[in-house]
Amino acid sequence: MMELVLSLAIGVLAASGIWLILRPRTFQVIVGLCLLSYAVNLFIFSMGRLTLGAPPIMPRGGPIDPTAFADPVPQALVLTAIVISFATTALFLVVLIASRGLTGTDHVDGQEREP
Amino acid sequence: MTALSPEHLIVAPILIPFFAGALMLIYDERQRRAKLMLGLLSVAATLVASIELLVRSKGSELTGGNDIGFYLMGDWAAPFGIVLVIDRLAAMMLVLTSLLALPVLTYAAAGWHRQGQHFHPMLQFLLMGLNGAFLTGDLFNLFVFFEVLLAASYGLLLHGGGQLRVRAGLHYIAVNLTGSLLFLIGVSLIYGATGTLNMAHLSMLMAGLGEQERGLVHAGAGIMAVAFLVKAGIWPLSFWLSTAYMAGAAPVAAMFAIMTKVGVYVLLRLSFLVFGVAAGASAGYGSLVLVGGGLATVAYGLVGILASQSLGRMAAHLVLVSSGTVLSSAGFVLEGAGTGVLAGALFYLLSSTLATAALFLLIEPISREEGGIAAMLALTADAYGLDEREAQPEVGLAVPGTLALLGATFALCVIALAGLPPLSGFIGKVGMLRGMLAAELPVPALGWAFVALVILSGLATLIGLVRIGIQTFWATESEPPRLLALEIGPVLVLVAMLVLLTFKAEVTMRYMQQTARAVLEPAIYSQGVLGAPRTAETQEADQ
Repeated sequence: MMELVLSLAIGVLAASGIWLILRPRTFQVIVGLCLLSYAVNLFIFSMGRLTLGAPPIMPRGGPIDPTAFADPVPQALVLTAIVISFATTALFLVVLIASRGLTGTDHVDGQEREP
Repeated sequence: MTALSPEHLIVAPILIPFFAGALMLIYDERQRRAKLMLGLLSVAATLVASIELLVRSKGSELTGGNDIGFYLMGDWAAPFGIVLVIDRLAAMMLVLTSLLALPVLTYAAAGWHRQGQHFHPMLQFLLMGLNGAFLTGDLFNLFVFFEVLLAASYGLLLHGGGQLRVRAGLHYIAVNLTGSLLFLIGVSLIYGATGTLNMAHLSMLMAGLGEQERGLVHAGAGIMAVAFLVKAGIWPLSFWLSTAYMAGAAPVAAMFAIMTKVGVYVLLRLSFLVFGVAAGASAGYGSLVLVGGGLATVAYGLVGILASQSLGRMAAHLVLVSSGTVLSSAGFVLEGAGTGVLAGALFYLLSSTLATAALFLLIEPISREEGGIAAMLALTADAYGLDEREAQPEVGLAVPGTLALLGATFALCVIALAGLPPLSGFIGKVGMLRGMLAAELPVPALGWAFVALVILSGLATLIGLVRIGIQTFWATESEPPRLLALEIGPVLVLVAMLVLLTFKAEVTMRYMQQTARAVLEPAIYSQGVLGAPRTAETQEADQ
């Protein structure tokens, strides 16, 4: 059940993101990129397998059973990915606003298509 | 305890630009001279470190001419921690990057660096990202360094501002952000299927994978490769490239000549490591995509060169031809074309990168109208609210005989790019073609298509560039532009490197052949990395 919900969430987020990226308005593109990066972040997280109530940090000392713990690597990766995508999205936002100011339109090509 | 053992030199190409860039941020924007000096110092130090690493990676007779150096981050054992690896291929790319950065930085001092904010720190961070991407032996760490270099390149592309740059930058950023997301999906799929991010470990695991995991790794590698292919500008994914490279300021565009090569480098490294001879059922995966895509890229670039009206767009298409040629020959080698082709392709990569960079630096002085840069400088000074006195062009030595000097340099670039004898482009192409004719390929027709396209692209380059040259140097009636020594100097240095490469062709080619041999034997890399001793263990053994 949990797997189904997670994969549906990733799928819906990714599909909406891709659709928005292909739209002609810069704001739609940036929202699309955000949604797509959420989908990717969830996907990375799910690559450590889904476990319930298992901590990712092992206690000090002694031989332990690895199956009782969650994989800590994807959790570390997803943190890095979140930080980086947040920063680049902020940068993209600046360029988007600069483009709006310079061209007076929010079309990705800087000009409206001729009717 | 040896606090500064020679092993630490491997981190130097990453740390030097990082600290230099961070230090520059403390300086006020007006203290450009100080930043410039700091930048030159940092690039020179990186160059020295890279050359030392290159000499070291050549190894001795004892090690069979291949020495792999490692740096275990935080002294974690190899497959668990992040590892930096230096081998011949990485060392060559490091040296090339620094060799390119030095003239670019000098050229920027002629005036470009005052057209916007933070040119110098961003260039340093770009170098840090590039060097890191060449050195890392870990897939996720590669992603991080890719993001570092991409973030710096976004800023550099927008350097100078203006509508054209912002529009090109918008497309460039959107394309690369999407590419990075694909990169992440690929990396996590590979991790999910194999449980490792270490390239060497992955290379060892490939042969023993089960059917289910193998499919997932193939899918992950394919998705990840799209991100690198976008960077390398392979044909259907390259439409952003010519506009972005054309819009960039001259020194930025010249530095971007190496950006497509990062994509090519990563593809070379990962394809041969993960899908090389030792990969069992996966050997040669994706080689047809590289061959087909590379050939299509060369064809597209060829048509683009002939169709271009301006030198900037033509130079951008030359970048495409160059990366397409290397990509397709990498694909052929993956299919078993032999070390000769790869050695020729690496030599060609070196030569064409330097030549395209020189051409990008030449564009601005060639196409400059009298007083053009002064007017532009005044305009940007206005936009940035800098004071009038600052905006005057740097007092530099105006070179006499401008037109003759520009023409001669341009002609040398044309010869090197078109692959005519006697310059280095010819040697690289001959190396590739000779290897290709000797190779026994599964589909010989593709080999012949490659031979034809390489020769034709040389012809197209010649026709296109000579046409522009005639228009600019012979059929012009306007006054020759005022040329600063600071602008032509770096171009001359780049051309001198090409001439030097021609004279030292035998030594360089021998290096490339050894490199190609090492690349084709992934065991050298993977066993070397996994056998890397930890410092703590060595110390215990010493006691």
